[in-house]
Amino acid sequence: MTKHTNWLVTPTTRRRFVLGTSSVIAGAALSWPNLAASTEQVMRAPELRGQNFNLDIDYQMVNFTGKNRVATTVNGSLPAPILRWKQGEKVTLRVTNHLSHDSSIHWHGMILPTHMDGVPGLSFAGIKPGATYEYQFTVQQSGTYWYHSHSGFQEQTGIYGAIVITPAQPDPIQCDRDYVVILSDWTDEDPSDVYAKLKKQSHYYNRQERTAADTWDEIKDKGVKQTWRERKMWNQMRMSDRDISDVTGATYTFLMNGQTPEQGWTGLFNKGEKVRLRFINAAAMTLFDVRIPNVKMTVVAADGQNIEAVTIDDFRIGVAETYDVIVEPEADKAHTIIAQAIDRTGFAYGVLTPDVNMKAELAELDPAPILTMADMGMNHGEMTDMVEMQPMDMSGEMGHQMDHSMHLAMASEMGSGKAGYGSDKAIKHKQTEFGPQVDMRAEMPMYKLDDPGIGLRDHAEKYGRKVLTYADLRNLYQTPDPREPEREVQLHLTGNMTRYMWSIDGVKYADAEPIILKYGERLRFTLVNDTMMSHPMHLHGMWSELETGDGEHIPRKHTIIVQPGSKVSYLVTADARGRWAYHCHLMFHMLSMFREVRVI
Amino acid sequence: MFRLVTLFIALSCANVSYAAGMVDDPILMMVKIDQLEIGDDDNSAWGVQAWIGKDINKLWLKTEGELSNSDVEGAEFQLLYSRAIAPYWDAQIGWRHDIKPEPNKDWLAIGIQGLAPYFFETDLSLFMGEHGNIGLRTKFEYELMLTQKWILSPEVEANFFSKNDPDIELGSGLSDIDIGLRLRYEIEREFAPYIGIEWARHFGNTADFSRQEGESRTSVNWLAGVRIWF
Repeated sequence: MTKHTNWLVTPTTRRRFVLGTSSVIAGAALSWPNLAASTEQVMRAPELRGQNFNLDIDYQMVNFTGKNRVATTVNGSLPAPILRWKQGEKVTLRVTNHLSHDSSIHWHGMILPTHMDGVPGLSFAGIKPGATYEYQFTVQQSGTYWYHSHSGFQEQTGIYGAIVITPAQPDPIQCDRDYVVILSDWTDEDPSDVYAKLKKQSHYYNRQERTAADTWDEIKDKGVKQTWRERKMWNQMRMSDRDISDVTGATYTFLMNGQTPEQGWTGLFNKGEKVRLRFINAAAMTLFDVRIPNVKMTVVAADGQNIEAVTIDDFRIGVAETYDVIVEPEADKAHTIIAQAIDRTGFAYGVLTPDVNMKAELAELDPAPILTMADMGMNHGEMTDMVEMQPMDMSGEMGHQMDHSMHLAMASEMGSGKAGYGSDKAIKHKQTEFGPQVDMRAEMPMYKLDDPGIGLRDHAEKYGRKVLTYADLRNLYQTPDPREPEREVQLHLTGNMTRYMWSIDGVKYADAEPIILKYGERLRFTLVNDTMMSHPMHLHGMWSELETGDGEHIPRKHTIIVQPGSKVSYLVTADARGRWAYHCHLMFHMLSMFREVRVI
Repeated sequence: MFRLVTLFIALSCANVSYAAGMVDDPILMMVKIDQLEIGDDDNSAWGVQAWIGKDINKLWLKTEGELSNSDVEGAEFQLLYSRAIAPYWDAQIGWRHDIKPEPNKDWLAIGIQGLAPYFFETDLSLFMGEHGNIGLRTKFEYELMLTQKWILSPEVEANFFSKNDPDIELGSGLSDIDIGLRLRYEIEREFAPYIGIEWARHFGNTADFSRQEGESRTSVNWLAGVRIWF
């Protein structure tokens, strides 16, 4: 695939979008035993087009688990209606809040004036109960985005929907069918109860904890001495290698286009068609690993922006990220779309099929990931410390992991300091990172751009499946701002998992000063993850240009996963004046792992 | 004491801030009935901790006690201000009041509670009582997950005193050691019935007091109980 070519150009005329029409028949395509009655109650997402939109936020009865619950929805739909805009057009969105609490809508990934960004306290005061706020802005970009409430926990309870923007110029990505695939997580619990439970017992939802049986297996496998040595660091640090997700399938039902796994979402296609799937992760707390067994996916856009096509079998989608993929499934069978939760406690499920009567085989879940020493960002010195009993013996799993991480480091440690190649600055832990609010600091965080991440690392070796990594992302177009960064802001993502406290540089939002950017400047953000969770970091209002090792084609993203114990760098052109939110998009981290970025 | 409560409330309310309309650090309350059990000698016992507060500052209530044939034999309450001082440790200071055995006793309690390396739940308290008696209590607990639901939990408690207190049959030096082993089944995280065994022994002067009263210095008890939190 050469750069800058319109790939996938197809002679067939593009058909009318058929999104949504298939959801009603989802039940018929599958013979799951307990088809819940929820589709009757929750409308499938309608499509709204044009330049004027009325969106009404209200309560809505839903039933995803057999129990009736009250959701918050837009126009009575969960997910919210798909908004179809055209690049270059001015859109007006009148959002009315019928809830008894303040509400808001944030247009995620949209480049727009700060007072249209929908973040209460920064962009505006929020939408009071009974009030209407009129959003109006010119659509500057094209691609797949989404929108959600930025108030309370309303996103968790249903206020999220897709935005699809048709480009002003002919779309370089041609397809015959075009579907939005919006992934999310639903809980019957009140999200504030979930948050309270995590504060009281942070492992509350983890039902895959390490047990005596695991340790016994390891002893049988490796002997007492080696097992003890491997357990030592974890035990001393009081951390668990099974701590993958804070909130799990123990309370979540994972949804694909608002459909439970029992219902399944259905997308239709005909023989020979190219199908564009616009994946959006609108979950509150769940990273998903997506694949369509036996179907190659060609990723053509990341976070709405076109990239050089890359063909893969699996991809991880962080909370708030979007990926557009093109698939050409074989026509004689139905294909499963499976989005496994990162901790494998559940999945969202759908099917691509030429015929609603065809059933797809359900794919098996991959094994639950187990964290390694490399995910703590340990430096070599500490590693040696840890194996002090036999310092020269680096055999066994730990040694292997170390080799692996060192290898990754060498492969992806760019650190040239030039635009597109990452930072060459030293990692510094500020004084504020020391205290009861921070339980860990990565001593030697590395770029892990070519690391698929926990639970996906052995896929190539074990199953012959290629997994998308950030190293694969190259902008389809030239980097618009070729300037070198004038300065660098290094921020550390910090937390105390046991106390369930999250912060940046050890300081939570409530106590933090804004980050000041000078209008027009080009700078680099380097994020260091001093925790063992993946944090999808979202900067509002400006692109985050992820440095993946090609200064000419830096991909533009709005949300970037920072892997545990690693670092990531991206460039920002401060071309939008005002007050912007910058935060981890995991809902229960966001409250405190949050900064105001002020461009003056 | 009221001053402590006022201080606590002031500390809690001083920092009400919002991240985009959300309270990151709400005032929460937790009640942990770790032990509510009956033994094969018909003695029953409770061990309850409760707290109210935010991430860093909390007001903590601890109570434990035992009943013998529905007579309260021992009942102790601690009301503590608790502050997170390290990632896994809270420092605590407050008032301990013993209703039983009689006469009532008051102590100044200073402690540190948290999670030691290797996941030992630890509670170390220093009690300064009347007439200059100083008590030291050390408590360690470990949770061994046999499965996701079956949890075996060994526990050790030891009490030391600086002086004899014949009124309540406490002797100086190492006074007693309690070793318990409880096996619980978490029907829910918040609700777990358990069975267990507890071995307790008096030492030194405390053992002498027991002998004078004609009590045995060692006891072994089978237990059944329930662990509840909310």
